[in-house]
Amino acid sequence: MKRVYVNEKWCLGCHLCEYYCAFANSGQSSMVKALKGRRIAPRIQIEERNNISFAVSCRHCTDPICVKSCISGALSIVDGAVFIDSDKCVGCYTCILTCPYGALTHSEQGAVQKCELCKTNEFGVPMCVQGCPNQAIVYEER
Amino acid sequence: MNYVIIGGGTAAVGCVEGIRALDREGNITLLAAEPYPVYGRPLISYLLEGKTTEEKMLRYREPSWYEENAVTLLHRRAVGVDSGARTVALDDGSALPYDRLCIATGSRPFVPPMDGMDTVANQTSFMTLDDAKHLEEMLGAGKDKKVLIIGAGLIGLKCAEGILERCASLDIVDLAGRILPNVMLPEPAGIIQAHLESKGIRFHLSDSVARFTPDTATLKSGEVLPFDVLVVAVGVRPNTELATQAGCSVERGIRVDSHSATDVEGIWAAGDCALSHDISTDTDHILAILPNAYFQGETAGRNMAGGDASFTQAIPMNASGFCGLHMITAGSYEGDTYLSREDGSYKLLVTRDDRLAGFILLGEVDRAGIYTALIREETPLSSIDFALIREKPQLMAFTRAERAKKLGGVKTW
Ligand SMILES: Cc1cc2nc3c(=O)[nH]c(=O)nc-3n(C[C@H](O)[C@H](O)[C@H](O)COP(=O)(O)OP(=O)(O)OC[C@H]3O[C@@H](n4cnc5c(N)ncnc54)[C@H](O)[C@@H]3O)c2cc1C
Ligand code: SF4
Ligand code: SF4
Repeated sequence: MKRVYVNEKWCLGCHLCEYYCAFANSGQSSMVKALKGRRIAPRIQIEERNNISFAVSCRHCTDPICVKSCISGALSIVDGAVFIDSDKCVGCYTCILTCPYGALTHSEQGAVQKCELCKTNEFGVPMCVQGCPNQAIVYEER
Repeated sequence: MNYVIIGGGTAAVGCVEGIRALDREGNITLLAAEPYPVYGRPLISYLLEGKTTEEKMLRYREPSWYEENAVTLLHRRAVGVDSGARTVALDDGSALPYDRLCIATGSRPFVPPMDGMDTVANQTSFMTLDDAKHLEEMLGAGKDKKVLIIGAGLIGLKCAEGILERCASLDIVDLAGRILPNVMLPEPAGIIQAHLESKGIRFHLSDSVARFTPDTATLKSGEVLPFDVLVVAVGVRPNTELATQAGCSVERGIRVDSHSATDVEGIWAAGDCALSHDISTDTDHILAILPNAYFQGETAGRNMAGGDASFTQAIPMNASGFCGLHMITAGSYEGDTYLSREDGSYKLLVTRDDRLAGFILLGEVDRAGIYTALIREETPLSSIDFALIREKPQLMAFTRAERAKKLGGVKTW
């Protein structure tokens, strides 16, 4: 399965991936409308310190501990990718307790959010990858 | 191959998924005493709180899951196991043959004898969906009931959170001197207690009920608490009787090895009825948490289907919210401590022998799983930048090579 991979050597720390992610999952048709004047809550997040930076999002683990730990069954694997049904999620944060990458975050709606590889929004392919100007994040089979 | 699983909880689901990862052909029969498809047991408080519905709850695994995994769900109670003849006796008098058996019977509420308790008409435990429905019925829609909960552990407090908006008053009594005595240290327990008191819950700690009448409880301290509805959430006991009968070693729980196998040929056990080896304390005890039930169940299932799986990373861990205050805890609290408190948040990291032994987070809990993984994987702290990770959970604390592995799959550069 294709996954999002990070090559920190190429990361500029520009945060564009975060903006593209927030836009892609906003349901808005224009980036300006989706992001202007808002604090964004993207599903991919840049870690940065000194001159090192890199993006972190869900690894879509082959043996995902979050799915096994979820108390409501909101997390599930479909064709190798890990999805969240925010309608079933009760916001207990057991997945945040267990994900070794810190890849799930709480969302404003009370549920938890995570990268779904843009498979559930209208874009269909990861927009963070499209938005990265330096190919520091790629979407490929490894 | 006939697989039989006794118990219809999370451990049973893990077992089914473990079997089916390796064997798509064998027959799986799930014996479940409760009259429902599998549900996430912790959801019963969220149901009362209105954060989920019964319909959603019962989709812990979607209806299609039973068909896709060819699981025969029998709503029957197992009443005996003959490990010689390899049969399970059911409550309708019939017997079910098995080749491989998993005991995933969970636990039941423990209700200590209390003077006059039999005179209380409106009382319940808080373990099952039926308990939740019974409680809801006793509370009615009037928000006029005074509720008394015995037990300030996780189950008692989650129950309190679930019904707080539905009752007139809520009192909680516990023998221990602090709330959440099993998962919390005194200071963070005090923070959660103060938060819950600010929402209107009244605690009576280091106290217990001396005597009940149908609508009052007289405490040892002399205080008299009037109530309309009583919830008993003092503790649980593992359901180990069938394992004992089958000849398995049973201490406080069913003894299993890291393969979830009991010491009787053909029988595995998993979940709240079984012991775990807690690597954070190097001791064996029951870890009554849902993820652990899944891990043990899945391990059992894979081995039942002829695989070679072991589960060697068991630790106590909990994530829970109490009226908006989030708590995440894991591991053990014996060792050197690093404490920080910042605007309403509390964070304690405990280290021992170059390892993270445990932690407690209140309020700010983002990315806590990075800490949990350090405990589960027993990562030497000397191999990471501990000062950085102490500040907050972050992958920056790992070496570049380790990060490349984590974020770039197998490829390093
Ligand atoms: C109110 C509450 C809140 C909780 N909150 C959390 C939480 O936030 N996080 C967390 O990790 N854990 C939580 N837990 C604990 C968690 O629910 C359990 O650890 C988990 O459900 C254990 O799963 P299990 O499959 O081992 O057992 P169970 O879920 O107890 O399932 C066992 C099933 O087996 C059935 N059974 C027993 N004997 C027989 C028999 N002889 N024949 C047929 N069927 C039988 C029982 O009826 C039961 O349905 C909570 C528990 C409760 C009660
Ligand atoms: S959320 Fe975390 S544990 Fe779950 S699949 Fe993604 S990276 Fe893995
Ligand atoms: S927060 Fe939601 S997705 Fe995460 S474990 Fe709890 S119910 Fe499952």
